[in-house]
Amino acid sequence: MHLMDWGNYPVVDTTLLRPRTIDAATEVVTRAEHLIARGLGRCYGDTALNASLVVSAEKLDEMLDFDPSTGLLVAQAGVSLAEILDAFAPRGWFLPVTPGTKFVTLGGAIASDVHGKNHHLAETIGRHIAWCDVLTAEQGVLRCSPTEHPELFHATCGGMGLTGVILRAAIRLVRVPSVWIRQQGYKARNLEEIMDAFDTYAQAPFTVAWIDCLKRGPAMGRSFLMAGDWADPDSLPGKQRGRPFAVPAVRERNVPIPFPSVVLNPLSVRAFNALYYAKAPRGTSESIVSYNAFFYPLDAVHNWNRIYGKRGFTQYQFAIPREAAKEGLPQILDRIAASGQGSFLAVLKLFGKQTTFPGNISFPMEGYTLALDFPITRALFPVLDELDAMVLDYGGRLYLTKDARMSAATVRRGYGKALDAFLEVKSRYDPHNKFRSLQSQRLGLGGAAFLLHNDHAVAAL
Amino acid sequence: MSTMLILGATSDIAHATAKTFVLAGWDVWLAGRNQEVLDSRARDLQVRSGRPVHTCLYDALASPWEQQRFWESLPGCPDSVLCAVGMLGDQEAARHDMDLAETILRSNFTGLVPILSLAADAFEKRGSGTIIGISSVAGDRGRASNYVYGSAKAGLTAFLSGLRNRLAKKGVHVLTVKPGFVATAMTAGMELPQRLVAQPEAVAKAIYAAVVAKKNVIYTAGIWRWIMLCIKMLPECLFKKTNI
Repeated sequence: MHLMDWGNYPVVDTTLLRPRTIDAATEVVTRAEHLIARGLGRCYGDTALNASLVVSAEKLDEMLDFDPSTGLLVAQAGVSLAEILDAFAPRGWFLPVTPGTKFVTLGGAIASDVHGKNHHLAETIGRHIAWCDVLTAEQGVLRCSPTEHPELFHATCGGMGLTGVILRAAIRLVRVPSVWIRQQGYKARNLEEIMDAFDTYAQAPFTVAWIDCLKRGPAMGRSFLMAGDWADPDSLPGKQRGRPFAVPAVRERNVPIPFPSVVLNPLSVRAFNALYYAKAPRGTSESIVSYNAFFYPLDAVHNWNRIYGKRGFTQYQFAIPREAAKEGLPQILDRIAASGQGSFLAVLKLFGKQTTFPGNISFPMEGYTLALDFPITRALFPVLDELDAMVLDYGGRLYLTKDARMSAATVRRGYGKALDAFLEVKSRYDPHNKFRSLQSQRLGLGGAAFLLHNDHAVAAL
Repeated sequence: MSTMLILGATSDIAHATAKTFVLAGWDVWLAGRNQEVLDSRARDLQVRSGRPVHTCLYDALASPWEQQRFWESLPGCPDSVLCAVGMLGDQEAARHDMDLAETILRSNFTGLVPILSLAADAFEKRGSGTIIGISSVAGDRGRASNYVYGSAKAGLTAFLSGLRNRLAKKGVHVLTVKPGFVATAMTAGMELPQRLVAQPEAVAKAIYAAVVAKKNVIYTAGIWRWIMLCIKMLPECLFKKTNI
């Protein structure tokens, strides 16, 4: 079957299996020569694609245990964050860290070591995982944690499924006072203002900014920052005050078919960005919104990836160190704006400190991260290669979960020694490189490197 | 708090439906043949809801007398019964293997008559209750590819229709559910047109909404109402020559 992930690029002809029990999954994995695990396919590129076998954890979706005295939830890896919220938000519990979509599995969230709007306070999801059971290539199922097989644990968090298949995990949920977020908005007229704003709002538990990546000149970097905190029940309006954990229904929409590629063009995107910016209230503003509206605005539009048409898109997400950002961000933004290819979904965030562990290749580093979508076109890849070089020169790196096209040299320079340590752990637990993806082969992450140059990807267009 | 007895609770549609109802505040009693699977389903629902979930062994192939004993052994009379028992079976084999054909008929229809009748009597006497039967679009018209299963589902659909007619005036709601293709254990490995395949969660949501709205017959994916309407409208002289 033809399989692709969220960006609809690349597409691979492969076999997808959805084992229904842990035993069945173990049998499939044991018998396979090589494979990669997959959750709900919400990584953007080829992280969860393999040309011969992809093993989906979708049907391994049982919750196993919950301890209300500690908030520790034990579940199979295929349980989605949406299901966790459906069950626990109405009881006053929330995820310690959540990405911008809840339609990812617990296993996928760990394999990507996802971050959220609270990274500056909570780091990545891996910091809130008590343990996970990993089905390894040669040692069966190993329970790993920060104290048990710690190097396997840290290599598995953010390891893109290359250490084995995550079967079960224990995650520490956190108590919340309501299901509502008190949101403050701040409209920044340029990059300098938004960078200052991130410092001003450093104490807010959740921060993120939408940024107009097509604007050049004095208004370059104009943005809208959203800072949020859980609303205290007493501060809620009358109807909600009495039922602070009643989750309001989400009005869902769907994009039924891929848009023709002409719909998104520099003009329409520019117009959208101008409208969005103009609509945002000037200066600072405050509102109370549901957690779905605050954390998952795009989840309400099912299949929103179809707006990029059949050719698909790639999300370019990089991080650069804080000290390099003052000089680097304007340069990079200018290059993006000059290319005229950026989309309207551009997100800027200031990461806090990220604890490092031997063998860990999690993406975040203290500094700024920018994520934006690019529809796949022939002209795109050379532009992204240029951006790669700029990001690397400023000491930054790219997020593997979003990537579909970077080079092996880019990942090596971006992740440096951490990558060597990761590969050392991988070779110990997976000496024959059983767990591999199109991405790991492209990037030479384990085994004999199948180095595909970017030209191949462009030629395939 | 409302309670629902779920027969065939280890099926994917039943479990997805159980999840939806427990999260809406219902208590569920899971009934099925495999205690081990029932236990893991129950544990999942307990973690999700924070409330205990009762399990009991039930076999639709058991005699009417045994089914009566099962009904009497329940912790009480439930507010609602969801019957998700079913078996697709191998149509090719069932052409000549009469034991298999009979098992398919019993699993999808005749074996369910005793328990549905007991529920109907109890609900009628009480003057309230909801009976939900998972039938199938396959019961709308017999086709060469699955007529043993299809005829059993047609029987179930007619039986539920009759119950509805009998109980409508007695405050009892009878809901017939006709899913099309659903991604479940039953269809695993089959080559199906992906655009027409629903997830069990979508079926569950549709069932919940239909219970709240007291609907009579639902096609859980709307498109199937029109597909089956076309199939049903086709004159027999043409239909018999088709291969669908």
